[in-house]
Amino acid sequence: METLQQLEEKLKIQLIQQLNLAEIKPENIVSDAPLFGDGGLGLDSIDALEIIVLIEKNYGLKIVNSEKVKEIFYSVRTLADHIYQNQKP
Amino acid sequence: MKNFISRYCIVRDSKINLNGKIIFEQETDLNSFLINAYRKFNINYAKFFKMDLLCKLAFIGSEILVKETGMLSKYKGNEIALVLSNRASSLDTDRNYLKTIENKENYFPSPSVFVYTLPNIMIGEISIRNKITGENAFFVSEKFDPELLFNYANSLLASDKTNCVLTGWTDVDKENYDAFIYLVEKTNPYPGTEHDKNQISALYYKG
Amino acid sequence: MPQKVFVTGMGIISAIGNNTSQNLKSLLETVPGISDIEILETVHKKKFKAGEIKYSNRQLAELANCNAENFTRTALLGMIAAKEAANHAKIKDFSDDKMGFISSTTVAGMCLTELKYPDFLHSKINGSFIELNDCGDSTECIADFLGIKNNITTISTACSSSANAIMHASRLIRMGKLNRAIAGGTDVLSKFTLNGFHSLQILDENWCRPFDENRKGLNLGEGAAYLVLESEEEINKNVKKVICEIKGCGNANDAYHQTASSPEGTGAFLAMQAAIQTAGIKPEEINYINAHGTGTSNNDLTEGVALKKIFGKNIPAFSSTKSYTGHTLAAAGAVEAVFSILALNNGMVIPNLNFSDPVSELGIVPEKKITRQDLKYVLSNSFGFGGNCSSLIFGKV
Repeated sequence: METLQQLEEKLKIQLIQQLNLAEIKPENIVSDAPLFGDGGLGLDSIDALEIIVLIEKNYGLKIVNSEKVKEIFYSVRTLADHIYQNQKP
Repeated sequence: MKNFISRYCIVRDSKINLNGKIIFEQETDLNSFLINAYRKFNINYAKFFKMDLLCKLAFIGSEILVKETGMLSKYKGNEIALVLSNRASSLDTDRNYLKTIENKENYFPSPSVFVYTLPNIMIGEISIRNKITGENAFFVSEKFDPELLFNYANSLLASDKTNCVLTGWTDVDKENYDAFIYLVEKTNPYPGTEHDKNQISALYYKG
Repeated sequence: MPQKVFVTGMGIISAIGNNTSQNLKSLLETVPGISDIEILETVHKKKFKAGEIKYSNRQLAELANCNAENFTRTALLGMIAAKEAANHAKIKDFSDDKMGFISSTTVAGMCLTELKYPDFLHSKINGSFIELNDCGDSTECIADFLGIKNNITTISTACSSSANAIMHASRLIRMGKLNRAIAGGTDVLSKFTLNGFHSLQILDENWCRPFDENRKGLNLGEGAAYLVLESEEEINKNVKKVICEIKGCGNANDAYHQTASSPEGTGAFLAMQAAIQTAGIKPEEINYINAHGTGTSNNDLTEGVALKKIFGKNIPAFSSTKSYTGHTLAAAGAVEAVFSILALNNGMVIPNLNFSDPVSELGIVPEKKITRQDLKYVLSNSFGFGGNCSSLIFGKV
């Protein structure tokens, strides 16, 4: 079973690929920095939907768009944490 | 009332041609070609990388013309109209999107790909980038139709709402691509060309 | 001197009727057409409701009196609606060189391609369906069906497409390029769009609730509608009965996001403002607004903001008829043009179904029941992805 940190690194690569963040390298993404909004990666609502697809496709976890989404999607760390806690073995 | 084609840009056959001069050339796949052009012209717009090939193509053409003509300092956003056309609509991206829903057991429709399954999104991207809020239209036709664009641009310029029209043809179907985008204005800021059907046709075909 | 433009015929097929009088009856009797999906074969059949036309392609072909094998569902709907419009206007010469046909679609032949493509990829069938895929195919089929030979154009600007088709036709007539045109659009349900809108999370699993505080999204729909537009000169020459006037039209780009509208409702505001200006009337002269009103969180809020900017405290009676037909995508502009004209000529404001509480940020309330009143000008909004916003104003004659 991979560690949380390994999962974070894997997620960064997946996010860059899935969201076409071509100008960004994994080492540039700070794990606990906000993903959305100014000062973040500048992701928008479509990116949020695409992350929902990514999580379902790669980790088998369905995320329903609700108030909890904002917390889960705050940073790479919160995202990895959610997957780590809920991933099916 | 005479109008003028002040500047034009053609992206075709691995070249970018601005008013008859080749300003970029590279033999490679379309995506790499457009990304390398983006970098060559120091365009700083991260959202470019999210666009599909059709929008990237239209975007590069419009960026070059916007820079070359200084149109954003001459005209307010609501005075600029955008009228584009093509043959393949959004077919290139339609295929990519279909791939994401093809397999009943393993389907993951991609929202970011679906967004681009409409040809007029390229107009949206150009508008968002440049804050252009004027009239906009998109036509699908079998081949480039100078008469259609000529009439449309003229009718827009005849109103006092529109003072310039960014118009033309932007088509992508796998590695086949063809873009001809030009700016039509009421006055002639440079040695330009009179806006008429024959001129439009001549520029499109001869480049 | 620009010519005035009048409507002399209309045709429609939607989830609430196969022709204009059936649609009118459903509107008068407040009978919506949104139901469980039956005809479209999709894994989401039980999950989403839609404004589906309960006819198979074979049955549609019978209605159109043609061979189902040769046409997409998109073309068939268009043929039925355009034929009704042409008959209504009693057009005699379709091949006249000053007669035009401007159609629009977004799904086009994808309804067929998505069924056949996987088998084609595995070489199980031939690729003849590919010729029917493109947007221009349905336009050409309909033109051919009617016998129109000249000035045939296809517009594709998402959900404002057929409103733009009507606008374009109207301009060509005003400029004197055409004397007469049939303009509108057609779109059908497909797995492509159902899954796509679902991935954007803007579909309601129940009946859509336009302008309601608790709205959850849109219901997709399918349909086709066309108007016959003619110049004043042409009408006087042929002594034709006029249905209404195309009084004004406006189009603008929202310049904000590919699929969401700006919080300020910029595009909607500019389009309505332009329509009112070209109509040469004041905002307070508009009696009824057929809103775009998809039922999505974003559209209804931003459209409401724009309505308040244009009309201040005195927003005229307004409603979204998508609660009857679903969102018919490219056809929406023309479908709702027909409904706006029916409202205009029958002196009735069509109610906005499934409404309980106003959007808290707006506090505006749509019409909840059929209201009989004299209408002089009706405004119809259609806003599409890509920020393309259009508004049309119809005037009573």
